[in-house]
Amino acid sequence: MNRRRALLVLALLAIAAAASLLLSLAVGSVALSPGAVWAALCGEGDGMAVEVVRSLRLPRALSAFACGGLLALAGALMQVLLRNPLADPYVLGISGGAAVGALAAMLLGMSANLGLEAAAFVGALAAMWLVFGLARGDGSWTQTRLLLTGVIVAAGCGAAVALMLSLAPEQQLRGMLFWLMGDASQAGEPMPVLLILAAGLLVAMFFARELNLLTRGPLLAATLGANVARLRLVLYFLASLLTAAAVTSVGSIGFVGLVVPHLVRLALGNDQRLLLPAATLAGAALLTLADTLARTVIAPQQLPVGVLTALLGVPVFLFLLARAPKVEPA
Amino acid sequence: MSIPLHPQEARRIRKASEPPTAPLLATRDLAVSIGGKQVVRGLNLALAPGQRLAILGRNGVGKTTLLHTLAGLRAPDAGEVTIEGQTYAALGPRGAARLRGLLPQHQGDAFAASVLETVLIGRHPHLSRWDWEGEADEALAREALAAVGLQDLAARSIHTLSGGERQRVALATLLVQQPHVYLLDEPLAHLDLNHQIAVLELIGCRVRAEVVTNPAALVMVLHDVNLAARFSDQALLLHGDGEHELGRSAAVLDAARLSRLYGHPLRVLMDGERRWFVPEVNGA
Repeated sequence: MNRRRALLVLALLAIAAAASLLLSLAVGSVALSPGAVWAALCGEGDGMAVEVVRSLRLPRALSAFACGGLLALAGALMQVLLRNPLADPYVLGISGGAAVGALAAMLLGMSANLGLEAAAFVGALAAMWLVFGLARGDGSWTQTRLLLTGVIVAAGCGAAVALMLSLAPEQQLRGMLFWLMGDASQAGEPMPVLLILAAGLLVAMFFARELNLLTRGPLLAATLGANVARLRLVLYFLASLLTAAAVTSVGSIGFVGLVVPHLVRLALGNDQRLLLPAATLAGAALLTLADTLARTVIAPQQLPVGVLTALLGVPVFLFLLARAPKVEPA
Repeated sequence: MSIPLHPQEARRIRKASEPPTAPLLATRDLAVSIGGKQVVRGLNLALAPGQRLAILGRNGVGKTTLLHTLAGLRAPDAGEVTIEGQTYAALGPRGAARLRGLLPQHQGDAFAASVLETVLIGRHPHLSRWDWEGEADEALAREALAAVGLQDLAARSIHTLSGGERQRVALATLLVQQPHVYLLDEPLAHLDLNHQIAVLELIGCRVRAEVVTNPAALVMVLHDVNLAARFSDQALLLHGDGEHELGRSAAVLDAARLSRLYGHPLRVLMDGERRWFVPEVNGA
């Protein structure tokens, strides 16, 4: 893999991601041609199309796009941090914390979107600091200890969520369940998550070659000149904040963060300089497509998008896994 | 008008004009302990370019801990380690990575990668942040793979290699790092007899002054006392509780000391000028 080939792959993925965005703007109760979508985006054409594309579909599609990217990037980073291919953005309890925050806010009768988002974000940050503080404890920082602490905190959050669900009044249950499964229709303004995604990807790329070292073990990384302690801190906080941003915006959509990095790894190898941006684009495209399907397959009824990401991703993943593991010809 | 010299060139010129005793690796009053157990105390070591040091001792005496301290990966209790006269604090992690390389005892491969990619990892300290490995780096990597006899496996997945092949890939990674001080932790683990000798001769070539213009220094943890006697200039015996003996291999490695070191009687057999140490075996 060299830089030129990596850029080519990324360009293709970027085109695919843009196509998924375009599709999600065109499909729905009012079907539009790509030309009409473009015209509406520019504010031309008939008023209803402009209204539908610009204020209904575009914010939702961009939110799904950004959160898919955030989750895939966070998953790829967590897998490097824990050096465990089974890690996902939720393994350290971030989504659990967000869920506790959001559901508690719903129980207390908060329904305004902004209040809910704030509660979810505070919950995610609380879980992040709790895991960080407990895992550091006496100053040691091993990935096993971090993983165990995260899993336990996540389990605690799961219990709290179950408790709140059982106490919740009937008419709130459906909203809570949709929040838990993840749903892009509740997403607010897409600009903050898009900015967080861009900034997060930039930071991740800054450390990409050092992350390559870290996958070979902390000792080798240290002898080759990486500041392993600092690198792990950056990884932990970056992956956690990306996850918190995504979960706050669209709820805990499963599967994207675990499987997209794997998918990209199986197809393109394990060089983080390619893997991180490729996973980001692939995750963004996948979630945009899944969200489009979620609001169209049995329209006017909407499906939780988390269910669809799984339904789309599982067969693709199994197909790639069944192929003989391929190491690129050198 | 004088053009400032690149530090590496300046070093080379200094090396040529000074007596060849300026140490590549030195320690001053080094004290190392782990888990409340003393590994060494008051260790004063100086390795000149072209010199090879063998570290010998029983299991668990702290050989690896000492090697990691020499590599700057853990702080000593007292004293200091210098590489080409500079402390690790002054060098920084990246500067240190260009001067000293470590062959770890275990290789961790959490994710699949090709053999060539694994070797190219060693170029990291020589590349700037946004650089990718270029053709020159790849040529170096292929050369290193050829040197360890694995040129045909460049495209193979690292997960399909045997333990001995993986060890040789790790050695190739170390070679492309091109350090001035080689620190090897049990370099012969998992290797066949022929590869054991080949590896020691290969590293020896990088170190010896008559073969390369820029001779390196070598520290290795070994278990085979005969290979240590054959392939080292200095020997450091770790007796435990911080007690150590350091000296020329020919002087330090004798039957009495080695018998005490391993807590098992050894005998010397003479083959011409060369001494061979063999353990006494009851009833044999």
